[in-house]
Amino acid sequence: MTIKGRAHKYGDHVNTDVIIPARYLNVSDADELAAHCMEDLDPEFVKRVQPGDVLIGGEDFGCGSSREHAPIAIKASGVSAVIARSFARIFFRNAINIGLPVLVSAEAAAEIKAGDELEIDLAAGTIKDLTRGTSYQAQPFPDFLQQIIAAGGLIPYTRRKLGIGAG
Amino acid sequence: MPPQTITQKILAAHCGRDSVAPGEFVNVTLDLLVGNDITAPIAIEQFRRIGADHVFDRDRIVLVPDHSTPNKDINSAQQCLAMRSFAREQHLSRYFEVGRMGIEHALIPEQGLVTAGDCVIGADSHTCTYGALGAFATGVGSTDLAAAMATGETWLRVPESVKFVFSGERQPWVGGKDLILYTIGRIGVSGALYRAMEFTGTAIRALPMADRLTMCNMAIEAGGKNGIIEPDDITRAYLDGRAQRPGVFVTNDPDAEYVAVHEFDCAEIEPQVAFPHLPENARPISEVGEVRIDQAIIGSCTNGRLEDLRIAAQVLRGRKVHPDVRLVVIPATQQVYREALHEGLIDIFLEAEAAVSTPTCGPCLGGHMGVLAEGERAIATTNRNFVGRMGHPKSEVYLSGPAVAAASAVLGRIAGPAELGITPGNAAERRAGRP
Repeated sequence: MTIKGRAHKYGDHVNTDVIIPARYLNVSDADELAAHCMEDLDPEFVKRVQPGDVLIGGEDFGCGSSREHAPIAIKASGVSAVIARSFARIFFRNAINIGLPVLVSAEAAAEIKAGDELEIDLAAGTIKDLTRGTSYQAQPFPDFLQQIIAAGGLIPYTRRKLGIGAG
Repeated sequence: MPPQTITQKILAAHCGRDSVAPGEFVNVTLDLLVGNDITAPIAIEQFRRIGADHVFDRDRIVLVPDHSTPNKDINSAQQCLAMRSFAREQHLSRYFEVGRMGIEHALIPEQGLVTAGDCVIGADSHTCTYGALGAFATGVGSTDLAAAMATGETWLRVPESVKFVFSGERQPWVGGKDLILYTIGRIGVSGALYRAMEFTGTAIRALPMADRLTMCNMAIEAGGKNGIIEPDDITRAYLDGRAQRPGVFVTNDPDAEYVAVHEFDCAEIEPQVAFPHLPENARPISEVGEVRIDQAIIGSCTNGRLEDLRIAAQVLRGRKVHPDVRLVVIPATQQVYREALHEGLIDIFLEAEAAVSTPTCGPCLGGHMGVLAEGERAIATTNRNFVGRMGHPKSEVYLSGPAVAAASAVLGRIAGPAELGITPGNAAERRAGRP
C-alpha cells in the first residue's frame, strides 16, 4: 500500500495528553476525538490536516497515558502514518493494534521538514521525500508483529486465534 | 540455563518456558487484567468486534470507574454505564462501584487482588505500580485489554533490564516519590524506554511498601515497560492476610544481565520537585527558588495512600492553607478515606481549610475536582506535568511528594517542610498526625 501526503512535524516526547487532552476522553467516538487531535500542541492542526498526511515526531512519540484515544484521534483526523525516531511502547502497540501505520526512522524524522510531500510504501517500509528528493528505509517490523499487521490488526488476529470466522 | 532477571523469570513462568531472553516475543498467560472508565468502554467495543460471547475468567478482570467519577458529566456517565452494564452482563466479580472503589492502582494492591509473581496487564499506563510486590505488570491500550479479556493471554516483547541501586540513608522528608523523581531526572523521560526498571540496594530493602508502590508507579514516566522490586520480608508482611491468591517469590539469578546499572547515594538526594512540562525536570528543593502556587493536590495512584496522608497531616497539623491557595486532598481509596478519618487526619485537613474529596483520579488528568485556569500553577503529588495535564494548556504543574506539597500549600510557594521548622516524627507520631 502506498501513502501520499504532506508532513506535519513536531519535536521529542509528543505525549498523549497533547495528542488528545483528557478533557475530551469522556467520549470514544473517533470523529469527535479527531476534532481535538493535537489541540494542546498545535491548535491549527485539525484545520490544516488533509487525508493522507503524515505526522513526524522525534524521540518517544506518544509517551504518557495508555489512552488508545490518541492513535484513534490521529487516524480519524486523516493521518495515514506516523514516522518517528522512536515510539513510546504503549502508543506503538495501540497503533499496530488498530491499524495506524507507525514507522521508525531516525534519519527521516530528523531530515523531513514540515510541509514536505511524502510517498511511503508501507510493505517495503520505504519513505520518499518528494520535495527534497531523498529516501529512507524504516526499521523492519519483527516477524511476530508482521503477523498482526497482516491480519489487519489485533481484533482480526484474535478472531483467527479463537477460531471465530469473519463477522 | 542462562541467568535471568526477576522480570525474565516471571515472563518465562507465564509462557511455560524455563527461560526467556530480552528481545524475544512471547505469548503469556495473565493473572489479572485491569480497565477503567476511560479505557474499558473502547475495550468493550473491541471485545464485541472479536465476537467472543464471554470473558475468559470472570474473577480475573478488574474494572474500576475511577477517572471521571463520581460521574462529572453526561458523557462520563454514559462511559461508566457502558462499563457497569458489561460487568453485570459478564458477571464480573471484580467490578468496584463508586462508594466501594478507589483509584485502581491503590485499590488493587490494597484489596490483595495482585500478588508476588503475577503477570498483569492493565489498560492504564500506571499498571506498572504492582511491580512493587514482585509482580510483572505493564500498561497496555484498550484493544490489548479486549483481546486479553477474550483469551486470557497477551503478547509481550521480553524487556532488557536496568538496575537502579540505592544506598545510604534517606534524608528527612525524602520518600519513594523523591527517589523516583530523582531517578527520572537523571535518566530522562525516555531513559528506560521499553525496559524493565529494577530498584534495589540497601535503601530499597529498607523502603516501606507505600514508597515502593510510588516508585514502581512512575516507571512509565521514564518510558519503562515495568518497574520491579525483588520481594522480601516487607513484601511478605504486606501480602500476609491480604493477598487473595498465594504469591510466588521470584528472585534474580546472581549473574543476571542488565543493560545498565545506576548507583545512587540517598545521602545526596533532597526532596525533589519536577518542573513543567516533563517529569524529568526534577530539581532538589533547595534549588527551586520562588515559585508561587494557586493550588496543591495531594492524592492520586502515585501518592494517595494512607502513609502519604499521614505525612501531609504531620505538616498541616495546627496550620492553615495559605489564603491564595486551594488545597485538595484526595484519599486514594474508600479504605484509605475511612482510616484517615479514624486516625483524625481528615479533621487536620479540614481544620487547615483543605477541601477533601471522595476517591477519584480527577485533577491528576485535568478531569474534575481541581482543574486549573489559564496561567494558574499547581504543586501536585501526581505523576505527570505535561502541557495541559491539569487543565488549561497555559497552566503549570509541579510534581512532588506529599511533604513538599503540604508545606507549599501552607507557604503559598513551593517549599519543603524544613522551612516550617518541622522534622519528621516517628511512625506512631505520624499516624497521629503529630509533628
